[in-house]
Amino acid sequence: MALLEVLNLQAAYGQTKVLHGISFAMEEGSITTLLGANGAGKTTTLRALCGMVHTEGEMRFAGQRIDKRATEDIVRLGIAHVPDGRGTFVNLSTEENLRLGAYTRQDRDAVERDLERIYSYFPRLRERRTQQAGTLSGGEQQMLAVSRALMLRPKLMLLDEPSFGLAPLLVKELFGILRAVNEKEHVSMLLVEQNAAMALALADHAYIIETGRVVLSGSVDAIKQDDAVRRSYLGY
Amino acid sequence: MDQFIHQVLAGLATGGIYASVALALVMIYQATHLVNFAQGELAMFSTYIAWALINAGLPYWGAFFLTVGFSFVLGVVIERVIIRPVENFPALAVVVVFIALLVILNSVTGWIYSFTIKSFPSPFPEQTLFGNKYMSSHEIGAIGVTLVLLLLLYAFFRYTPLGLAMRAAAQNPESSRLVGIRVGWMLALGWGLAAAIGSVAGMMVAPIVFLDPNMMGGVLLYAFAAALLGGIDSPGGAVFGGFLVGVLENVLGAFVIGNELKLAVALVLIIGVLTVRPSGFFGKVHVTRV
Ligand SMILES: Nc1ncnc2c1ncn2[C@@H]1O[C@H](COP(=O)(O)OP(=O)(O)OP(=O)(O)O)[C@@H](O)[C@H]1O
Ligand SMILES: [Mg+2]
Repeated sequence: MALLEVLNLQAAYGQTKVLHGISFAMEEGSITTLLGANGAGKTTTLRALCGMVHTEGEMRFAGQRIDKRATEDIVRLGIAHVPDGRGTFVNLSTEENLRLGAYTRQDRDAVERDLERIYSYFPRLRERRTQQAGTLSGGEQQMLAVSRALMLRPKLMLLDEPSFGLAPLLVKELFGILRAVNEKEHVSMLLVEQNAAMALALADHAYIIETGRVVLSGSVDAIKQDDAVRRSYLGY
Repeated sequence: MDQFIHQVLAGLATGGIYASVALALVMIYQATHLVNFAQGELAMFSTYIAWALINAGLPYWGAFFLTVGFSFVLGVVIERVIIRPVENFPALAVVVVFIALLVILNSVTGWIYSFTIKSFPSPFPEQTLFGNKYMSSHEIGAIGVTLVLLLLLYAFFRYTPLGLAMRAAAQNPESSRLVGIRVGWMLALGWGLAAAIGSVAGMMVAPIVFLDPNMMGGVLLYAFAAALLGGIDSPGGAVFGGFLVGVLENVLGAFVIGNELKLAVALVLIIGVLTVRPSGFFGKVHVTRV
């Protein structure tokens, strides 16, 4: 059974329809990437999965319907969202931001251990733990957003351009951490990226979205061979 | 000089009460960006409940804590039943609801308990404490109760996960939902806490101003001035503003403008702050892009 199944997903902002029946699925343990031009509907798809936009169509997570559910309940199923724009709690400290990521968890001791683990992944966040999060640099806030999502101990992470604003070296480091989390903790990931080359290097499956529709899908090896993809997204 | 010290200290006592109500205003403001004009009448209503409980034979502190609990529940219920359906309405519509709530609470209280002024007991002894000549024991007690309340609130918001979640929900509802916080309930809890704080303020001020359905009118105005002075989005500022307004009101009333014009101090402060420094002493300066 697929971990995540989306069938004929439609969404609109007011009168403007932006998703015209998207279908895709991902297996447990997979890193699947959604690629597409600006405005294709990638962010909207991730927001739809979290119940943040009004949708039609079916969405299933681990067999359960999640469409028409409240965001707070979807999170409790183990879906963590690294939102577009980072979603920092700007007036709270870095550590308070991280603790909020674990808000729904009851295992207090494990939360403390995870906090340490996050600080070992991102030593920069440890240095900034008492600093007001709104004063962190853009890149640091991006690390914070990924870390906040990890604090949930999610089964599935929805990552909306996690490399945005990060220096190339940090992008490599972040993707290394994501790979490690995926391999060691079996966290599945749905990844939206501008950096298609990096995304295809990390993912195992890919879907190409154009103006609210899936136009191509397959394993990354197959996708990388596609001439149109190479021209539009990889630039060679 | 004695007279001056006396007025300053008495001002601190009422200032603590303004500080509490100002804090209640700030809590709702942070979450909704609206000033709850019914906050004072809610506190007044709670104080009548306490009065009824005491008259029914309950010991003072029993009535006190029951009233605080009842007020908390009342605040939660009001948010869920009355405010929630209009929460996405334009600000002006919500403010009208607040004012309707104010009028309704006021007249319902008058209808149940009559508009005649009643005395309200103080839990503190008649004779002055520690043989001091500056403050009545009720004034000292009221300051003590206020400080305990403020410390408890500080600890709650600073050190508990629920307090953290409430702050998060007020600042950033969308990200809060994404970490699983039930934002609607946090708002309701905020109303409950604000009403509970207000009830303490009401019970502490009632022995001074006596119990009547209009007793909180002046207090709300001073509290509003205090919240503005400290910065309407700053809890610490509201507390500071409360004590400052209490002292200013008392000292100016006694030595400068006379007791009859005391309330004008609040109005002058409100207008002054709004024109000179709308963000108050500790508030954040907001720049809105148009
Ligand atoms: N809040 C909104 N109100 C109205 N239209 C919106 C809103 N958010 C997005 N849209 C529109 O929906 C479409 C899809 O937007 P979406 O943000 O999902 O694209 P995207 O694939 O994430 O793009 P990008 O790569 O630029 O992040 C766009 O045409 C956009 O203009
Ligand atoms: Mg996007």
